[in-house]
Amino acid sequence: MSLSELLRMLVYVVGVMAFVGLNAAYLVLAERKGAGRFQRRPGPTEVGYAGWLQPVADGVKLLCKQLIVPPGADAALFRLAPLLVMIPAMMSLAVIPFSETLVGRNINVGLVFVFAFGAINVMAVMLSGWASRNKYAIISAARVVSQDVAYEIPMLLVVITMLMATGTMNLHEIVQQQAGWFWHWNLFRLDLNPLMPVTFIIFFTCMLAETNRAPFDMAEAESELVAGAFTEYAGMGFGVFFMAEYANIVVGCAMTTLLFLGGWQSPFGVGSGVIWFLLKMYAVVFTVIWVRWTFPRTQFYNLLNLSWKILIPLSLFTLILTAVMMKVLRA
Amino acid sequence: MEPEKACSQDLSQIIKFAKLDELLDLSRANSLWPLTFGLACCAIEMMAAGASRFDLSRFGAEVFRPSPRQADVMIVAGTINKKMAPAVKTLYDQMLEPKWVIAMGNCAISGGPFVYPGQYAVIEGVDKLFPVDVFIPGCPPRPEALIEGILKLEEKLTGKRRWPTVTPQ
Repeated sequence: MSLSELLRMLVYVVGVMAFVGLNAAYLVLAERKGAGRFQRRPGPTEVGYAGWLQPVADGVKLLCKQLIVPPGADAALFRLAPLLVMIPAMMSLAVIPFSETLVGRNINVGLVFVFAFGAINVMAVMLSGWASRNKYAIISAARVVSQDVAYEIPMLLVVITMLMATGTMNLHEIVQQQAGWFWHWNLFRLDLNPLMPVTFIIFFTCMLAETNRAPFDMAEAESELVAGAFTEYAGMGFGVFFMAEYANIVVGCAMTTLLFLGGWQSPFGVGSGVIWFLLKMYAVVFTVIWVRWTFPRTQFYNLLNLSWKILIPLSLFTLILTAVMMKVLRA
Repeated sequence: MEPEKACSQDLSQIIKFAKLDELLDLSRANSLWPLTFGLACCAIEMMAAGASRFDLSRFGAEVFRPSPRQADVMIVAGTINKKMAPAVKTLYDQMLEPKWVIAMGNCAISGGPFVYPGQYAVIEGVDKLFPVDVFIPGCPPRPEALIEGILKLEEKLTGKRRWPTVTPQ
């Protein structure tokens, strides 16, 4: 390995960690400000200029809070779980192309890579619930597993649809195919599949469920399960789970942007670049926050019904429709 | 527990990390996460303090954590029955250091209207169970009073007050 390659790796590792850390910190602020605005109140304003130092205050406080491993808990797994939930999110960012040239590793199975690491998240939340030795945490862990398994299926069916439509698993190529005006984005490619907007909505819904966001936040159902799987976590252990949630949102929104909204491609055909990727990604992130503070939490049965009775049949239908369209159009 | 506490107090008299301590106090004062927990009608005023007209979140204190492990300040909002007292004490014990307590309303301060000869059901003041940092009088106190209580706690933590005080007319 040459020196320049080593240096490049180092820069990307530090860059991804800084990106995840800053995003997690300031998306929490955005969430709290957003929550405030949606409820007609200002949100954090007094800590630093317009509340900009709020994440710093929270971070320092969480770092210096007492740490405990509850008696009877599995100490090793209890400490391992926050790492397991954070690392996959960071790993996924290694293959996500921010622009034509700005990508950690351009590998030809990027799509599978991201979803493979995304699945570890479920196991980490389950481990945290299991290791806490707390009844609420275990109930929550069981819910998270059934929810994430249920929503993984329509999500991956949508991904297979996209894979058939684009013909590649390389995220870089998927975005390159969407070059040009905005009607070249996969979202508007009705010639590939007339139900493409529906596919997009299925993907977005599943992304919300996979990242355990309201209205599907069964992992942390305060009104029913104390604090869900994270009940026994205090200080930075809890802080890491909190950050990982936002890191997963960033990864999910980045995937939405890459698969459907044309990645770094400008909507006007000229001036493509990293700025467009970030703009689109944060627009999707804003929608996620918007949805959270608009809809109440669903009941657990309705959550599973939505997946098994509506989303899976619909995504199977779009999959078959895409296959038929491809056969007819190419024949 | 006791000797360890004495030891740390001795150390704090010898060693002083001035700037770091100040930064830590400032952070803690500006990130007081209360425990989601209400006992009686004062809790309604506490909810109002978090809602749009009064907005506790301006001071970074709107993150009501449902788990005592993640909360910093316990707002005892309401009457404490003798039946409820063990649960409240357990919640206090489950909170991790550093932790603070705000006694909100007359019932939590002294038993309020429930103090009369022969009463057998109510704990007369939450300070009979565990130490309290800030007392907020009122029956129930208005949301402004709760916000003032949080500011008082911040003042206690940092040693100075960031906002002007309003003198009653």
